Amino acid sequence: MLLITCPYCRMARPESEFHYGGEAHVARPAEPANVSDAEWAAYLYMRANPKGVHAERWRHIHGCGRFFNAVRNTVSDEILATYEAGMSRPDLGDGTKDAR
Amino acid sequence: MKFSIFSLMRQALGHHARWPAQWRSPEPKAAYDAVIVGGGGHGLGTAYYLAKEHGLRNIAVVEKGWLGGGNTGRNTTIIRSNYLWEESEAIYELSVKLWETLSDELNYNVMYSPRGVMMLAHTVHDIQVFKRHVHANRLAGIDNEWLTPEAAKAFCPPLNISPKLRYPVLGAALQRRGGTARHDAVAWGYARAASALGVDIIENAEVMAVRRDARGAVEGVETTRGMIRTKKVGVVAAGHTSVLMSMADVRMPLESYPLQALVSEPVKPVLPCVVMSNTVHAYISQSDKGELVIGAGTDAYTSYSQTGGLHVSAHTLDAICDLFPTFRRMRMMRNWGGIVDVTPDRSPIIGLTPVPGLYVNCGWGTGGFKATPGSAYVFAATMARGEPHPIAAPFALERFTTGRLIDEAAAAAVAH
Repeated sequence: MLLITCPYCRMARPESEFHYGGEAHVARPAEPANVSDAEWAAYLYMRANPKGVHAERWRHIHGCGRFFNAVRNTVSDEILATYEAGMSRPDLGDGTKDAR
Repeated sequence: MKFSIFSLMRQALGHHARWPAQWRSPEPKAAYDAVIVGGGGHGLGTAYYLAKEHGLRNIAVVEKGWLGGGNTGRNTTIIRSNYLWEESEAIYELSVKLWETLSDELNYNVMYSPRGVMMLAHTVHDIQVFKRHVHANRLAGIDNEWLTPEAAKAFCPPLNISPKLRYPVLGAALQRRGGTARHDAVAWGYARAASALGVDIIENAEVMAVRRDARGAVEGVETTRGMIRTKKVGVVAAGHTSVLMSMADVRMPLESYPLQALVSEPVKPVLPCVVMSNTVHAYISQSDKGELVIGAGTDAYTSYSQTGGLHVSAHTLDAICDLFPTFRRMRMMRNWGGIVDVTPDRSPIIGLTPVPGLYVNCGWGTGGFKATPGSAYVFAATMARGEPHPIAAPFALERFTTGRLIDEAAAAAVAH
């Protein structure tokens, strides 16, 4: 059971209050009519799935109900940062920010 | 050495001290015709069928740990083929047919036990979905039948069919040819048979990089035991597939999750079949050692931790205690997690990749063990011929671009 700090409620709460939302910062194509099937597939299905630092979405369903993002190490499950939706991924100085 | 009653008697006279090693442990050669990355059941099986069916003997399996130490040795060993779509029925039924003769084929007892797999229905929706599966399977010539709650209890006496349960048993779908097998024996049996055909099995060799030539084709793999040159690489690495494929700059439609299982203290035979319930989330059978083997769910988030949260297994135990009140006082001896690679449509990915010479067999998610022989068989054919085996063709990576998904979410062993 993870302990997750909601950046809106500013409280560390148990994982069971939250819902996982998958990889963060996957941008929907700006002009859907003009993208190829391969680009759609990349947006819909292809995921980084790294063994290491991962930016991901969570939703505080049993709290404020809002989406936010977290940076977590997928080997240790340690949560390194949480931040509001719409903000860019924080640079934790470990060289993983631009890795895809 | 061939296993038989005579070899058993001969070794018994020697107090079982002279059994030979079951497979060779050679140093890696500088080059092979093909290299399989991943020494689990699917990878070892692929090597076996490449050697046996396609005559490729100069091949190697590289494994970062020990054979069958990943999901092959961590799963709950359920075998069944009662999937909904024709593409899935073809590959899972091929597997069941291969399971039926696998011990003879390998001269190694994989302890395949067709004791029946019973899937419980608890809601009106479950009844409709399972009956649809029963009809679809029977049209495809795959056995599957509908049971009333009373018939389900007759087949599995410890089952609680009281209408007072929070989610009472309203019926069940039974595949009598489904069952279990001994997971370690599958890895060892394939390894032994492949090694005897000349396949080099190289343990403790982790792949660190995939080498490619100027036009992008595979040239070899860099391992912790040195560089191995080859023009054909088959990645069969389950939860770590994304990591390996990223070494060749290929992004995959996969997410890796910890999936948990646990076993109880051993008791006398009490549970005659496999019982599954997707709705209340319980998977249980009894091993030949007497332990109850219980499958829990995946964690909510992607992870490579190989553990999983305790609340996930506690949730499954709640359901088991409701369905089998007699098991309430039993103690759980061990629990563990395996890293499973889940695709968006819950069907595997088998075939070629955008990189010439690089093949992949992955995405088996929470239910890959049952498919081991069939998966290995069609993947070996795909690698040998350089084009998809007909049964593997629908499971190609391109389906995520064409949109021809094979949506088995409803049939997956874990409610998603």
